[in-house]
Amino acid sequence: MSFEPAQTPLLLLEGLTKAYPGVVANDQVGFSIAPGEIHALLGENGAGKSTLVKTIYGLVKPDAGRMELHGEAYMPAKPSEARRRGVAMVFQHFSLFEALDVAENIALGMEDPPPRRDLSERIRSVSEEYGLPLDPSRRVGDLSVGERQRVEIIRCLLQNPKLLIMDEPTSVLTPQEVDMLFTTLRTLSAEGTAILYISHKLDEIRSLCDAATVLRHGKVVGDCIPRETSARAMAELMVGATLQTPARAAGTRGEVLLEARGLSLPSERQFGTALKSIQMQVRSGEILGIGGVAGNGQDELLDVLSGESRAPAGTLFFEGQDIAALGPRQRRAMGLLTAPEERLGHAAAPDMSLVENAMLTGDPRMSLVRNGMLDWPKTREFAKKIIADFDVRTPGSHVAARALSGGNLQKFVIGREVLQNPRALVVNQPTWGVDAAAAAAIRQALLDLAEQGTALIVISQDLEEILEIADNFAALNEGRLTEPRPAAGLSLEEIGLMMGGAHDMDTAHHAEA
Amino acid sequence: MIRLEKRPTPSRLWTALTPLVAVLATVIAGGLMFAALGKDPVEAIRTIFYDPLFNEQFASYSRPQLLVKAGPLILIAIGLSLGFKAGIWNIGAEGQYIMGAICGGGVGLALYPSESPLIFPLMVLAGALGGWAWAMIPAILKTKFNTNEILVSLLLVYVAEQLLASVSLGLLRSPDGGGFPGSRNFQHWDAAANVELFPGTGMHWGVVAAFIAVIGAYVLLARHMLGYQIRLTGAAPRAARFSGVNPTRLIVTCLGLSGALAGLAGMFEVSGPAGQLSIDFGSNYGFTAIIVAFLGRLHPVGILLAGLLMALTYIGGELAQFMLGLPAAAIQAFQGMLLFFLLAVDVLTNFRIRLIKSEVA
Repeated sequence: MSFEPAQTPLLLLEGLTKAYPGVVANDQVGFSIAPGEIHALLGENGAGKSTLVKTIYGLVKPDAGRMELHGEAYMPAKPSEARRRGVAMVFQHFSLFEALDVAENIALGMEDPPPRRDLSERIRSVSEEYGLPLDPSRRVGDLSVGERQRVEIIRCLLQNPKLLIMDEPTSVLTPQEVDMLFTTLRTLSAEGTAILYISHKLDEIRSLCDAATVLRHGKVVGDCIPRETSARAMAELMVGATLQTPARAAGTRGEVLLEARGLSLPSERQFGTALKSIQMQVRSGEILGIGGVAGNGQDELLDVLSGESRAPAGTLFFEGQDIAALGPRQRRAMGLLTAPEERLGHAAAPDMSLVENAMLTGDPRMSLVRNGMLDWPKTREFAKKIIADFDVRTPGSHVAARALSGGNLQKFVIGREVLQNPRALVVNQPTWGVDAAAAAAIRQALLDLAEQGTALIVISQDLEEILEIADNFAALNEGRLTEPRPAAGLSLEEIGLMMGGAHDMDTAHHAEA
Repeated sequence: MIRLEKRPTPSRLWTALTPLVAVLATVIAGGLMFAALGKDPVEAIRTIFYDPLFNEQFASYSRPQLLVKAGPLILIAIGLSLGFKAGIWNIGAEGQYIMGAICGGGVGLALYPSESPLIFPLMVLAGALGGWAWAMIPAILKTKFNTNEILVSLLLVYVAEQLLASVSLGLLRSPDGGGFPGSRNFQHWDAAANVELFPGTGMHWGVVAAFIAVIGAYVLLARHMLGYQIRLTGAAPRAARFSGVNPTRLIVTCLGLSGALAGLAGMFEVSGPAGQLSIDFGSNYGFTAIIVAFLGRLHPVGILLAGLLMALTYIGGELAQFMLGLPAAAIQAFQGMLLFFLLAVDVLTNFRIRLIKSEVA
């Protein structure tokens, strides 16, 4: 039933075990990848996918087990050794310097960079060969996220890898960019480069991958041929339980709660995106989904809604009241809550405990502060409620936020806002890096809020997610927001055009309609 | 090969242990230095740490000195630690200390020779205000023009020193001083004197204020919204803004508080142990307090202990100077080692050391 390569496998893993204090990240993991195979690695958060790929890439040394590359023993002590043996990796988070250009960034990652002219030439030839258009002399700060990913991929391809590891590569791409990436990956595969592909988007895995290995709690719990397995079956294999699709009752729309009228704001950050006359209305019980490629103003929009940056007077209203001048605490007190995308350092303080992080946004609405004095027992109760209700896996509420896995911290951050009974809630990437079961639970929680009459804005790069829960869809492109359109019946192609910034077409379309 | 591995959560054990390890390392390295200078290291260390408290000959003099020296250090360090925790770097406490002394002393001298019981409280108030106002200069420049508070506050120390010299020679010079520089002696004027509260202990109002500051800072950091905002800003500035902390207000508050406490320390010093404003009134308490704040891990109780330890090395250092003929520079180097080792050992709180055998691939 599983994909059995006839020839020697490119990479063979046997009995890989890695334990950290308190948790076994990998437990006797073993599988093999054939040359040219696109192999998916599936699993919930904390299933041990990262540890495994870090082992293959020489960042983690396993406690037990062995690996073979081309039939020879393989146990890289550091990434440079892995690269020398032909293993390359594209990380989920890019390590690029925005102020440098593409060629300079690529040169920085090389041990022995060739002269600039030769390097640019090689970048150009590789980018043409694999259909990854990229100009070596452009500054990375000016590139879109998709283009930045190409920099990382080309950086890997320059080493002629035999195995390319990709960690959640499509989470930041438009549908069109995903298509381009897949074409590239298929070309590579046809040339004999194997790809280890980590993703939680099961449909993508089904269309791209030849084989899949599923991890749960550090163990291999199954393998399958994705083309012949339904997304649902794979998800259930991953979670080890039956999944529930989020459902919502047809809620009634109430009055307009949150409204932006021609909101423009220059970005405070270098390489940030200025917001340009944002126009939107969100009603009670409505979910407005905002799509768009990362870096098109999502962070700035969230900041201006949370009150971190202040909008010009007369451009932002909550329940008809001008809130442009109000700070985050006052907005929370009114019932406008937000959850930013960046969990560590923005939504949560990494070195502070979960209790202290519950205080971070909790106090105006949960009255955790009396006469300036903090009510820690009450805050602890609140933190424990978040942990229990949102299934945050942690040894306790005293643990520092940075000790939690990304998905668990995300559950905590979303839970913290949802449990405050918001009048309006703005979330950016609510299920980013969260496993399928938890993502479904978070979406369900958002739908439940809408049903209770909360106005929601869901900013996400996961279009399936938006289409699944949103009533209306709008796209952000270079700081402009398209006019929201009903999500039902929108095709991926139309969405792609909206995200790509076809404003004129879009408005023309509306004028006709 | 030695590698540092980040701990998932800071080690509580090492947080408590690092100051002790640092002190131990300082003693060893300092002992080596003293030996290199041709002194008996054991005797030198004993003279610094043991004799000031327990030597029959000196202890009666030096024991009260412990509180006298530790009081201002702790008072200033507590104020500084609040800002440091939030990433606001007031390096000019020495200047605020001097300005507190000038303002507190000046207000008192303006009312000389009144014997009203209100004089001393008025001086306390003026001292705090003087330090506060001096700290407001870097605060306002930072919030309005985004200047660097480290530089501004530091340079203002030298301005304050010039002002001190000027008033000691001019405006506040004692008319009965026979033309010598320096103000009237507050210890000779009951209404303005910061007296020793219990004879033979060195306890004066400044020490009381320091203890109150320790308790106040502890409660502030553990229980109060402002303390939480300070810690949050230090831990994650962007999360702090998201939470609703107003950075401008926090900068002004932290610099103001540390300035006011440094001003208080200066005022208590001039009306107590120092006795008068003079050109050489500044005694680097403001700079040493920076070391005390870090040695105490920016924790109020830690600062209390670190202040006492620092005071001990001061007194013991002086003792070692005239008993053993150790150069003053050696004593300063010894104190410097303490901070150096603390910062070095500090790594262990957030990282653990892994020994990695180099392998052949």
